[in-house]
Amino acid sequence: MTILSGSGRTARAVASRPGGALGLAVVAAILVAALASPIVATHDPDALDILHRFAGPSAEHWLGTDHLGRDLYSRLVFGARVAMEVALFAITAALVGGTLLGTLAASVSAGWERPILVLFDVISSFPSLVLALAAVAVFGPSTLLVMIVVAATLLPHFGRVARAQVLGVRNAPFIEAERLLGASETRIVLHHLLPNIAGPLIVLASIDLPVVITVEAGLSFIGLGVRPPLASWGTLIYDGYAYLSDSKLPVAVASAALGIATLGFTLFGEALRDAVDPRLDGGR
Amino acid sequence: MRGALRYVGARFVTTALVVLGAMLLLFALTALVPGDPATALIGPQATPEYARRFIVEMGLDQPWWRRLFTFLSRLLVGDLGTDVLSGRPVIQVVGAVLPYTFALTGASIGLALLLGVPLGCYAATHRGSTADGLLAFSSVTLIAIPSFVIAIFLLLLFSIYLDWLPVLGGGEPGNWVDGGKRLILPTVALGVGWIGFVARLVRTSMLEVLGENHIRTSRAYGLPDRLVVYKYALRNACIPTLAVLGVGIGRLLGGAVLVEIVFARPGLGRLIYDAISTRNFAVLQGAVLVVVVAFVLTNLLVDLSYSVIDPRIRRQDPVR
Repeated sequence: MTILSGSGRTARAVASRPGGALGLAVVAAILVAALASPIVATHDPDALDILHRFAGPSAEHWLGTDHLGRDLYSRLVFGARVAMEVALFAITAALVGGTLLGTLAASVSAGWERPILVLFDVISSFPSLVLALAAVAVFGPSTLLVMIVVAATLLPHFGRVARAQVLGVRNAPFIEAERLLGASETRIVLHHLLPNIAGPLIVLASIDLPVVITVEAGLSFIGLGVRPPLASWGTLIYDGYAYLSDSKLPVAVASAALGIATLGFTLFGEALRDAVDPRLDGGR
Repeated sequence: MRGALRYVGARFVTTALVVLGAMLLLFALTALVPGDPATALIGPQATPEYARRFIVEMGLDQPWWRRLFTFLSRLLVGDLGTDVLSGRPVIQVVGAVLPYTFALTGASIGLALLLGVPLGCYAATHRGSTADGLLAFSSVTLIAIPSFVIAIFLLLLFSIYLDWLPVLGGGEPGNWVDGGKRLILPTVALGVGWIGFVARLVRTSMLEVLGENHIRTSRAYGLPDRLVVYKYALRNACIPTLAVLGVGIGRLLGGAVLVEIVFARPGLGRLIYDAISTRNFAVLQGAVLVVVVAFVLTNLLVDLSYSVIDPRIRRQDPVR
């Protein structure tokens, strides 16, 4: 695994870029918050304290409280967990499905190629958020639905890149040699093709991550994604927006957190892309 | 010439396939609605007689293939059905809000091109300068932050804190000044990320073009720098920008939905959102279909227009 064996070196290369260091810091902070939410949070995210609703920042409540007196900082921490769960599931599903279809389109008999490419074209022709809205209208809002729709809309990204990569590697001399030595198609795909196309796919996954976070937060913001009382960044903004006339703090804090998160992941993704393959970026 | 015709033909076929796919999907979605469709549409309080009459009127007692046939043949003549709640044809309901969404997305793209193209050119011709670095960083920042987050901060700052611009709504029809004022913040919210996006695209493709032989030759002939950059190089640099803008229209429409909701503006986004909350499926279907068709047609237009700018594209396989 080219990219994994050099992961230490890659991490250093990412951190050495100014944007990359900032992105890495944000990503690390969010990952810690997501993995260790109960430890990082100072309060139970769902504990009500009606007497202290809309409280300002204090030593007790670092970022103040919302319309039910819940601690905003702790809700943001648990929101990171929801965001990461949705993003990991959607990206993994799109990565696996896209790689399978893309490899299939590039390596097996030519009959598969055209239908798969048309499928990719059709999927990417739908405005994803609108598609998600239509799905929500029918099945009702749920976290699972958000994950499935997002995964489906990302599928062509991974599929196209996987296909292009396989086409590039398929007839490389070392694969020819392996074939001459009598290696099976399965062995070639598992031991040679996949490790060689993993790099760009992982980079793509990191670039798509903020997109997933945005779609989940967007849907939750209009009350059609993650359901309250579960604390997602989108539902926090939704709650804050509904009580805008009482306090501007909750909506400002939650929006800022979402903005910082997407910015951090984007900076990280771009630095990773530059570090892994400078050619992917057009001469910057 | 034959290659060009084949390319255009193939693009039309793909477009038709996508629209047909959208129609089938929308039909399937409503067919999949859990529970009794009549109850879902007119509510559980309806009398049994009314529910029965409603089912017959809507053709819900027919088998699915016949309903699909009716659905598709109606769509072909532009009949999107009737809004059950207001009794108006869906096409009128959608048509009434369409100008608001088009104004918003159009103004955002305009803003993005107006500022993004010159900024990108400047950055490309001043490669490595402080301004270039600053622009690169602010582009990423603007692209990364979701437009509805920007919308919320604009709303907090300009409408609530500073009280400079009207907060909500789309303004009265016919009052251009008021409508324009109410368009400013949503346009900035939706378009600001695209300024960075366009600037980056133009910069990248500009740098590529500026290194090519014909540009060096033009320079060697002593043509003025401005002419070389803005006429010869920019024309070539436009193609990738156009291509990505076409694909980006979908994201822009998605963003518009959320921005419309933040600013409580009428528009397709608001319409879809309201249709979902009232389970008004006829309006939902109509609005989503209009969005998909608008999106697909823009893509088709963009594809065809850049094959006019760059004839090389026509010879490539349209299914990439």
